[in-house]
Amino acid sequence: MAVCIAVIAKENYPLYIRSIPTENELKFHYTVHTSLDVVDEKISAMGKALVDQRELYLGLLYPTEDYKVYGYVTNSKVKFVMVVDSSNTALRDNEIRSMFRKLHNSYTDIMCNPFYNPGDRIHSRAFDNMVTSMMMQVC
Amino acid sequence: MEGLTLSEAEQRYYCDLFSYCDTESTKKVASSGRVLELFRAAQLPNDVVMQIMELCGATRLGYFGRSQFYIALKLVAVAQTGLPLRVESLNTVKDLPLPRFVVSKNEQESRHTALYSSDADNPASYSGVIPPPPGRIQVKKGSVSHDAVQQRTSADQQESTSPVVSPQQSPPTSPHTWRKHNRHPSGGNNERPLAGPGPFWAPFSEAQPGSSTTSDPIWSGHSPPPHQENWVSFADTPPTSALLTMHPASVQDQTTVRTVASATTANEIRRQSSSYDDPWKITDEQRQYYVNQFKTIQPDLNGFIPGSAAKEFFTKSKLPILELSHIWELSDFDKDGALTLDEFCAAFHLVVARKNGYDLPEKLPESLMPKLIDLEDSAEAGEQTGEVGYASSPAEAPPSKSPSMPSLNQTWPELNQSSEQWETFSERSSSSQTLTQFDSNIAPADPDTAIVHPVPIRMTPSKIHMQEMELKRTGSDHANPTSPLLVKPPDLPEENKMSSSVKFTAGNTVNGYSSSDSYTSDPEQIGSTVTRQRSHSGTSPDNTAPPPPPPRPHQSHSRSSSLDMNRSFSVTPGQQQAGVVAYPPAVPPRPQPSQGPGPHVHRPVDAEGLIAHTSTSPQQIPEQPNFADFSQFEAFAVSGVNKEEEDEIETHSEVLQVEKPSDSASSLRVAKADGRVEDKAPANVPTNAGKGTTPLAPPPKPIRRRLKSEDELRPEAEEHTQKTGVIAAVLASQPSIPRSVGKDKKAIQASIRRNKETNTVLARLNSELQQQLKDVLEERISLEVQLEQLRPFSHL
Repeated sequence: MAVCIAVIAKENYPLYIRSIPTENELKFHYTVHTSLDVVDEKISAMGKALVDQRELYLGLLYPTEDYKVYGYVTNSKVKFVMVVDSSNTALRDNEIRSMFRKLHNSYTDIMCNPFYNPGDRIHSRAFDNMVTSMMMQVC
Repeated sequence: MEGLTLSEAEQRYYCDLFSYCDTESTKKVASSGRVLELFRAAQLPNDVVMQIMELCGATRLGYFGRSQFYIALKLVAVAQTGLPLRVESLNTVKDLPLPRFVVSKNEQESRHTALYSSDADNPASYSGVIPPPPGRIQVKKGSVSHDAVQQRTSADQQESTSPVVSPQQSPPTSPHTWRKHNRHPSGGNNERPLAGPGPFWAPFSEAQPGSSTTSDPIWSGHSPPPHQENWVSFADTPPTSALLTMHPASVQDQTTVRTVASATTANEIRRQSSSYDDPWKITDEQRQYYVNQFKTIQPDLNGFIPGSAAKEFFTKSKLPILELSHIWELSDFDKDGALTLDEFCAAFHLVVARKNGYDLPEKLPESLMPKLIDLEDSAEAGEQTGEVGYASSPAEAPPSKSPSMPSLNQTWPELNQSSEQWETFSERSSSSQTLTQFDSNIAPADPDTAIVHPVPIRMTPSKIHMQEMELKRTGSDHANPTSPLLVKPPDLPEENKMSSSVKFTAGNTVNGYSSSDSYTSDPEQIGSTVTRQRSHSGTSPDNTAPPPPPPRPHQSHSRSSSLDMNRSFSVTPGQQQAGVVAYPPAVPPRPQPSQGPGPHVHRPVDAEGLIAHTSTSPQQIPEQPNFADFSQFEAFAVSGVNKEEEDEIETHSEVLQVEKPSDSASSLRVAKADGRVEDKAPANVPTNAGKGTTPLAPPPKPIRRRLKSEDELRPEAEEHTQKTGVIAAVLASQPSIPRSVGKDKKAIQASIRRNKETNTVLARLNSELQQQLKDVLEERISLEVQLEQLRPFSHL
């Protein structure tokens, strides 16, 4: 359902980014990059002292004509950004949340892998499969 | 797609491969997993594979359609020949050998490879399942393939000239034989997880028959048997069966040609499959070796190897980090960052396999899966405990909720949601296999929402409730009157009935629910004494949770009936319901019923005196609406189900609230009369018109006696007693019922009724308590869930 999914590290560089339509990949990269500003804005708007209360799911970051961008940030400032097609009207907020939850779970599993150095790019096949399952439904 | 021209051999081969990859038999999309396995088996660098995938358009589309797949295969061939990957090369490169896929999983595969090498020009080993040649004509997707197919079919001769080397090679034959085997599907073997089984050359052979080309004779010349063994192993792979099913027709074509081969191969395969059961099986000596290695790191065989230690250990194997990472992902089943003995053995086995050249599987083979039990114990323990912790916390919350049916229903869904949330957590940290993945749209369920609207079982006299009560009380009128009223009123604020019942207090209306209910409600309202004593205080908010609606002013017992009720309840609750009162807030009303009898018990004593008046009460009933209610209630209790009771109750409530004596009285009487007024039958008849229930004469009397305590209500009390008598009788528990009055028979009857009522009341109380318990549990669960939600994040 998503056309592009990205995992951004704390320092705002991508750990994993993948999109479906290969020709527009650069466009999605750009979109994700610009959405980081919105993410930061939302994080800072939450308040400094309320880190714990801050909800991880950020919701719709901003919509464009063709697609919508959703954000999710973990407590360690790792951000998940998802771009979905606007024509996918059936996508409800709950579904987006569940997708982010799955992403978060998979990310946690990757973290548990001792061979993974935090900050490295993500090459896990399990993660790829999970992302693929979330993205393949578009087509 | 770019115009892709495939030779016929290529076409067939690709078809077979596609079929092989088409695990879902969609004939349109190749399973990505399979495709990836295939590509990995091609022994190409990852970036080349990615490039191929991009070029063929699969990444763009997100899946492998037939055309994409074919293009990809062609690119694989191109890459394997060392040519740069270009779209143009698809068509420009001629005489391209068929792509080779290596599945290195077991000795047999290597043997197979060897065989192939010896036989065919294609030295590559084709392990894996040979997809039965799909009907060439079956190419549905991809115009290219269609074109290719058409070109192929039109140019049969091209086969021999196809760039693919194999047609003449043995490999093609093997597919035939292999296919034969497929027909004798090595049933159990199909599930063997072979990593990246390579496509068989079957396509070629298959293509042959399908195209009914002259190539058949070529193949028939080959001797399949030599390949049988190798194929056997592949036959085990799941695709085989799938392929078989998909292409029965093609298989038949070759039947004639291959009968001989098939027979032998079948046997071979069977033999092989049995021995080949699992390419990933760990032999005993291997296992022992692994265990020893485990001990060197972690002496305790039941313990864990932490991730860092495992990392060092496996790094020594000099495998690339990426592969080690993948091995870890496969073997750490519960995703806890540590390896149990089973996980360690699986990981070690994978490392060994990889070092020997086998490709890593996408999923952990079954034989390597660690025991779930271990995982659960170790991995889930923590989580479960956490969950349990949550569960416990909500426990305290519930009391306030009134355990009513509706509430129960409402809480259960939340409970389910909570459980789902738990699932989410567990899968995060523990074995996903043990927990189903809940992608439910359950937003962080708010356990608090578990607050269920309490079903006012004994709710107040509102008509609805009365009807409910009626239904509930079928047959338990006796008990109801006292208990429900007693229990209900105070507690649950949610219980609207309460308020109504409160209102009733004044009038002792049993309106709450069929007589019994109303009865209880009355007392409650009157003074929902905390201690269950229907102290006239009216629905005193004693009942913990819900602040009972302000008691009706009736507590003053303006009406005799109401007063009676109050008194009776006040009396009884004290005695009997004292214990009940202590019950958590949610329950309060219930105890009252139990208390009801108590007061009744007491009442009898008091009522005795009143009983004398009872005779007169009936007549007075019409005068006092309150009485009517009361009697009605009693009547209900005594008589049991009385539909009219509801009406009466309702009327009672109305009456009480409205203080319309006349109507209510009559109606009440009817209600009450049912149960109670046997003696008063004559007197109550007018009132009981509606009821027409069995005469409860005897009971009323004794009850009245109990109620007798109130002097002022004497005249009314009589009536009340009649009504309350019924209730009181029930509540008071028969033993206390004095049969002092002269009519033994009636006394007995009264006592019987009382007993029944008491039973009903207690039963209701029990059910309500059960509900409360459930509510509490649900709250607990929800709280635990909440806690779980908060906890993981705090760890980050």
